[in-house]
Amino acid sequence: MAATRDGYGQGLLNISGDERVVVLEADLGKSTKSLHFRKQFPERTVSCGIGEQNMMLVAAGLAASGYKPFASTFAIFTERAFEQIRNGVARPNLPVHICGSHGGTHTGTDGGSAQSIEDLAIYRTLPNMTVMHPCDDVSAAELTRQCLELSGPSYMRTARNKTMVLHEDKIEDIKIGRGIVLRDGSDVCIIACGVLVSKALEAAEKLAGDGIDACVIDMHTLKPLDGDLINRVAATAGCIVSAEDHSIIGGLGGAIAEHLSSNHPVPLERVGVKDRFGESGQAEEMLDLLGLNTGDIIEAAHKAISRKSK
Amino acid sequence: MMATTTADIANLEAIATRCRAQILRMTHRAAAGHPGGSLSEIDILVALYFSRLNLDPNEPKLVERDRFILSKGHASPGMYAVLAEKGFITEEDLSSYRVLGGVCQGHVDAKWTPGIDFSAGSLGMGLSFGMGTAIAARLDGSERSTWVMIGDGEMQEGSVWEAAMAAAHHELGNLNVFVDKNNIQNDDFVEVQMRMFDIPAKWAGFGWAVRECDGHDMQQILDAIAWADSITDRPAVVIANTIKGKGISYMENNPAFHGAAPNDEQLGIGLAELGIFEVGA
Repeated sequence: MAATRDGYGQGLLNISGDERVVVLEADLGKSTKSLHFRKQFPERTVSCGIGEQNMMLVAAGLAASGYKPFASTFAIFTERAFEQIRNGVARPNLPVHICGSHGGTHTGTDGGSAQSIEDLAIYRTLPNMTVMHPCDDVSAAELTRQCLELSGPSYMRTARNKTMVLHEDKIEDIKIGRGIVLRDGSDVCIIACGVLVSKALEAAEKLAGDGIDACVIDMHTLKPLDGDLINRVAATAGCIVSAEDHSIIGGLGGAIAEHLSSNHPVPLERVGVKDRFGESGQAEEMLDLLGLNTGDIIEAAHKAISRKSK
Repeated sequence: MMATTTADIANLEAIATRCRAQILRMTHRAAAGHPGGSLSEIDILVALYFSRLNLDPNEPKLVERDRFILSKGHASPGMYAVLAEKGFITEEDLSSYRVLGGVCQGHVDAKWTPGIDFSAGSLGMGLSFGMGTAIAARLDGSERSTWVMIGDGEMQEGSVWEAAMAAAHHELGNLNVFVDKNNIQNDDFVEVQMRMFDIPAKWAGFGWAVRECDGHDMQQILDAIAWADSITDRPAVVIANTIKGKGISYMENNPAFHGAAPNDEQLGIGLAELGIFEVGA
């Protein structure tokens, strides 16, 4: 078990040998895990205080000067700087890499104000922006490294709490923009991101007990979306379930719905936060309360299968 | 190299007058744009571009160039006029102001115009970006400097003060700001819209070195630039007292010309006031 935010912290250390890498913090380095980089490279770490709007544009100025800035805070607080990101980062297409930690309701007891359920949706609307939400520390570290290869900006959501490590020893499978098939299946395909990937695998195990053969995909990159892979599984499974700790509006489910409607219409059931805010509770309690847990994915799979044309 | 002789001053003033004429022509041609703030900032821009900034129009992306950031990006006609005088763009390019596919976008844009470092248009952002380029220069061990121009109304954006606080915290002696204090914003006088109280005291309280100058007196502007350069242990801000619409009688101190273009008759009057008697390119 590990948290994706730890993967981000490790990822920054892994790329620290590149002198262009600079880290920007907004008083949450202990939480986002950029503190490990700061401890070793204080001269390449910029404290921006509790000032996210300024931080995003300081990062833009660094990027415009040839540096590779990584700016992190809570996912929810990146949203405070949305217009700075829109006009100052995405529009000039500057390689600023934003990490929003503590995303989703899985964040837990801090309550609704801290649980971003819309970050993936809003960043997905920005031209030039790559949007990612890894499911484990291994992929979070590797995707952080691959940000160095991007010519434009990126947003990566990480999570506060520990989840299953799923990609150990399979780093070569992790590529920005490519979904990862974790389990093959021909009755239904569950496409998940972040903390719900391990839940999707659990659901697939249980579905197998009922004789249902479920494919599971870790769709760690929401934009650019791996449309080829979605087309393929839509053809073989004939129906899809999306699963994310995010609003059902505009996130992974929204992205898949947009893609399917134009390319390969098949039944889609979206597991996600149903247009409401979160509240205080333990991570598992939040998943149960909001209909994001294993049982909800199983139910959605049955429904999607039942909607396939006879 | 600072200009100091009377001839140098006269030369800078002549450039500024030509730029003022272009500001009128551009906004007149586009039947839109922001002449008032362009006319208030123009003497400072000319002083910086023709006496201080280390720039090469043939290599606008040279790493070791000074950075100038026009945060009040709507005052783009002034910026384009200076870039044309300096040779970054042509005089013909000025005709493309606000025209589809034009080099001169409505608000300054680094993607479209050689010599523009920062894509502006949303107020309160340029100082933060300039802080980034100043930190980059420090990390590079470079002597290059960053100059940011903001408006007085712009200081109503809270993020300006996030940046002011952070730049002072990081002791960015290579970062300098000009405030084009023309006392007018979009809807009305600054005093009506949102009183700014003691602006020098605000900046000093945030840890900056502060000085005021007459933003239309070329010698005072040059002295202020030299002063800002002499401050190396913290960022420096020059509050330049300016007149919105400076140089054109009917625009001076008139909120109506924040975002309105001169008509045919007004263009002729304005150019004549500048001592130019043909409408020109």
